Amino acid sequence: MTMKRLINLKRTEARRIFITYSAVVIAYVIFQVMSSSGFLSSSMRGMLVPICAYMVMAVSLNLVVGISGELSLGHAGFMSIGAFSGVASAILMQSTITNAPVRLALAMIVGAIFAAIAGFLIGIPVLRLKGDYLAIVTLAFGEIIKSILNNFYFGVDAQGLHFSMLTDTTRLLKGGRLIIRGPMGISGIMKIATFPMGFILVMISLMVVFNLVNSRSGRAFMAIRDDRIAAESIGLDITKYKMMAFVTSAALAGAAGALFAMNYSTIVANKFDFNTSILILVFVVLGGQGNMLGSIIAAAALTVLPEKLRGFSDYRMLLYAIILIVTMLGTNNAEIREFFTKLNPFRRKEEA
Amino acid sequence: MRTKTKYIPVPSNAILPERDAAREPVLECVNLGIMLGGIKAVDNFNLTVGRTEIVGLIGPNGAGKTTVFNLLTKVYHPTTGTILLNGKDTHGMTTVQVNRAGIARTFQNIRLFKNLSVADNVKAAMNNDMRYNMLSAILRLPGYRREEIAAHRRALKLLSIFDMQNMADVPAGSLPYGAQRRLEIVRALATNPCLLLLDEPAAGMNPSETAELLDSIRKVHEMFQIAIILIEHDMSLVMNICDGICVLNFGQVIAKGTPDEIQSNPAVIEAYLGRRKE
Repeated sequence: MTMKRLINLKRTEARRIFITYSAVVIAYVIFQVMSSSGFLSSSMRGMLVPICAYMVMAVSLNLVVGISGELSLGHAGFMSIGAFSGVASAILMQSTITNAPVRLALAMIVGAIFAAIAGFLIGIPVLRLKGDYLAIVTLAFGEIIKSILNNFYFGVDAQGLHFSMLTDTTRLLKGGRLIIRGPMGISGIMKIATFPMGFILVMISLMVVFNLVNSRSGRAFMAIRDDRIAAESIGLDITKYKMMAFVTSAALAGAAGALFAMNYSTIVANKFDFNTSILILVFVVLGGQGNMLGSIIAAAALTVLPEKLRGFSDYRMLLYAIILIVTMLGTNNAEIREFFTKLNPFRRKEEA
Repeated sequence: MRTKTKYIPVPSNAILPERDAAREPVLECVNLGIMLGGIKAVDNFNLTVGRTEIVGLIGPNGAGKTTVFNLLTKVYHPTTGTILLNGKDTHGMTTVQVNRAGIARTFQNIRLFKNLSVADNVKAAMNNDMRYNMLSAILRLPGYRREEIAAHRRALKLLSIFDMQNMADVPAGSLPYGAQRRLEIVRALATNPCLLLLDEPAAGMNPSETAELLDSIRKVHEMFQIAIILIEHDMSLVMNICDGICVLNFGQVIAKGTPDEIQSNPAVIEAYLGRRKE
């Protein structure tokens, strides 16, 4: 490794951020054109919004796993809180705010706020733990959130809002509407999520994560990840910064959840289970910890892949697993990595 | 500026009482002791450090020198005794609070933020001096730019003490060993300490590197006018640089005094070389 190459580190980082933004913009333009000119199949068109939502999930989880260095296995929980609170608020706003994009944006903000609150409350006990213990407890909290939402009833009538747990005891007046129906979730959602809004959310989450990472908070996250004892010795408040990363990540996941939910007419809590959390973690690991562009590509590829493999019917998930394993092995192989580095057109000449 | 609290003199604990009487001590340890696993790792430790004094803490392996550092920085909480920093009791403080009160340290086995650049290692230590919040970071408001530029300038200035400003963008983990030790010192200095604890700064260095380190410590001491406590096995370094030396053995202070006094002290010679067979 030459000294010159090392000194170029900062510039390389700035370039990587630029490439990430431009890749997202270019991909958006291409797919937007293809979708409006009818080149995309209807199944692919339907996947554009979920892909955006999963990209945001992957980027936000990467903030916790890659930058902050804590393994969180309950990220889908925050997504579901964002989905349910976002959709419920969108339904409540339906008559007052008729402009669909504005309503969607407000719903995503509501989803982000609720998920951030949940992230804060869960963070208080969870962030006292380290390593494996933290991972197990986040897993448990993800399941707890799912169970709570499975037994949660929420309705609105002339008298205002009504909540109940376990059984529906909201006793709504005539003309009222039961919005969240426990295990039945929310149905009759107006599908107002659009690909441009998804794109905007991806760009916002990239901006939040990149700018946060390249600030004093980001330095603190990474310092604590690299050496907790040294970080304490220079006066970094461990709990504060871990909480900051965790809550930011939860808020972005909440917004993504709201976007995701408003792409479907029905949403149930079971959709956001442990498997979804693991899927998002796979995006992060496959894309590379701390590598946002990698997370985004992995999220897109692994969302599309099962659809593309539909032709193999029964062997679909088997092939999916094989492709995943081969890719993991491939990206961790030094020779293959070097081969791809050589292909990289952005590589500077003096680095060779 | 740090507020000064009332100082109650404890001259009997000073290594060099006649010198210390004239200055306000930065650190006083009174009857400090800790039990670790049923053993008195440090017992009845008394030490007063003058405001700009360089104190050597020496002793055979396992004597409890690093434990003293861990007590001062609240990695361990003492079972007995009091630590006064600038005349203020540090009882109940955390490591973070003690650092903010003015104690910075380096580690025996280097603990850098390996994946961060050299400059970022130093800037991470300036975190408590920075004021801009999360929102101005995300939106890149003017406050963010102003403080980041100021922090970067200061980081380069601190790095230039050790001639390391050219390495600012290199990942800390890829630095050569000696540079890593120096970076730890710069990082500690970036927190504006009034007391710097150096845990075996010359460990693993060759004689010429050690000589360079000696100059660097002198330079830091002159520039910042701070107190330094130094754990070191390299006697030439200790004897050259320290105003006073405190010798530990089995958790007990066996001798205190100037380098000359320590060199001729029979208890110290016995601790290091053993007793002559009669």
